Amino acid sequence: MVMTTISVKGINESKMKGNQSKAISKISEDIQVPSKIMVKDLDLFYGEKQALYGVSLQIQEKKVTALIGPSGCGKSTFLRTLNRMNDLIDGVKITGDIVIDGENIYASNDVIKLRTKVGMVFQKPNLFPMSIYDNVAYGPRMQGIKNKKELNKIVEESLRGAAIWDEVKDRLKTSALGLSGGQQQRVCIARAIAMKPDVILMDEPTSALDPISTLKVEELITKMKEDYTIVIVTHNMQQAARISDKTAFFLNGEIVEYDNTNKIFSTPEDQRTEDYVTGRFG
Amino acid sequence: MVIRENFEKKLEELKSKIIEMEELTITSLKRAFEALKLQDMELALRVIEEDNEVDNLELEINQFAIWLMAKEQPVAIDLRVIIGALKISSEIERIADFGVNIAKAAIKIGKEDTLLNITELEEMKEISVQMHRKAIQSFTEGNLLLAKEVSALEDKVDDYYASTYKKLTAYLSEHPENTNQLVQLLLVNRYLERTADHITNIAENTAYLIKGKMYDFNS
Repeated sequence: MVMTTISVKGINESKMKGNQSKAISKISEDIQVPSKIMVKDLDLFYGEKQALYGVSLQIQEKKVTALIGPSGCGKSTFLRTLNRMNDLIDGVKITGDIVIDGENIYASNDVIKLRTKVGMVFQKPNLFPMSIYDNVAYGPRMQGIKNKKELNKIVEESLRGAAIWDEVKDRLKTSALGLSGGQQQRVCIARAIAMKPDVILMDEPTSALDPISTLKVEELITKMKEDYTIVIVTHNMQQAARISDKTAFFLNGEIVEYDNTNKIFSTPEDQRTEDYVTGRFG
Repeated sequence: MVIRENFEKKLEELKSKIIEMEELTITSLKRAFEALKLQDMELALRVIEEDNEVDNLELEINQFAIWLMAKEQPVAIDLRVIIGALKISSEIERIADFGVNIAKAAIKIGKEDTLLNITELEEMKEISVQMHRKAIQSFTEGNLLLAKEVSALEDKVDDYYASTYKKLTAYLSEHPENTNQLVQLLLVNRYLERTADHITNIAENTAYLIKGKMYDFNS
């Protein structure tokens, strides 16, 4: 478990100016619980266009952090910086620090290792056109695990972890694409879990699902936080209110407010947050 | 385009129901006191009969608020306004009951020579009406200052309550033949003091919905 102060030390201190380290110690005063991810002064440009402006926040370990805000506010862009998915886009420039467990993730070029540690689930289920079993076993096989018993164990544990085992255990060898949307999304979560990540990023994971499947995934997320740090982008305010511990409100590439979820949805500090969560704009 | 225009209208509708309930209650309190003062039994009976209008409005506000919550899933200030309306309507309903109690006291006193002039009940009633108006204005306008003024007025009512209590009990020891009326006036004294307390609760609930934190105006 990494405490905030330790992860602060993880930043190359020789790079920090005096006022930066003051700013960090102020942040660590505010939040006394363990931080998994620490983001500081993050700017992101798509070519000439700036999409994120000085984003700083600490994401707590084994909590659900929701990112909310109107379309185009930068929340998905921010989410993708956490496992360097933006590296795939031409012309992206990123400055600032993202420190996970004390390591600046942009300091190393080993993105495979990073994405093993930081898994992702997307808006639409994106299973491979292969069996349920092979989908979940895909990652571990790529990592070199060949032992059948071991693979069986990983697949079962992952599917159980994603609360889908009972529904698919008798049809593991059939095509994953034959499952319903809600089931497919949970298999996607199982596929992410199979890599034994610490952090799972979710980009609107229920926006393509029916209400019951949505509630199942929400229940799953609430259970998963016992083992994982979860960061979720959602357009569904009630979902953010139901499942998250912390909420960050993004607007025009900046964080307007970041606080406990119950504070954001009951007595937000900033008028713009209040207007957004009460549906007055966006 | 105003987003959630319909919801805004519904919130206004909810507030206007609170004002309507409030107006009925103030009228009831004034009439009950008028009946006590003028020993008008018919007026007293009318206050008792018309109380069910307030009860019905409370029920209506409850149902309306529950439906709004289910339908609109309000958060933050919107949720506090709706919860506030629920709590405030139940306080108003209690206040209306005190009006009924005063009307019943008027009937029990009947046509005996009135001893109201030895009390400060009229002043208490006047201040209560003022407090009432301020509390509701504070709710509808979201004005925290008015909510605080309500609490200052309550202190005055408390002072009058204490001095009226002393006067009535002193008079009672010298005039046991007026026991019936004096006991009723002591009760009216208590009803008015409780009325002021409930109005202060309205002000506290209002302050909560404006600021999102609890204030204790009663202490």
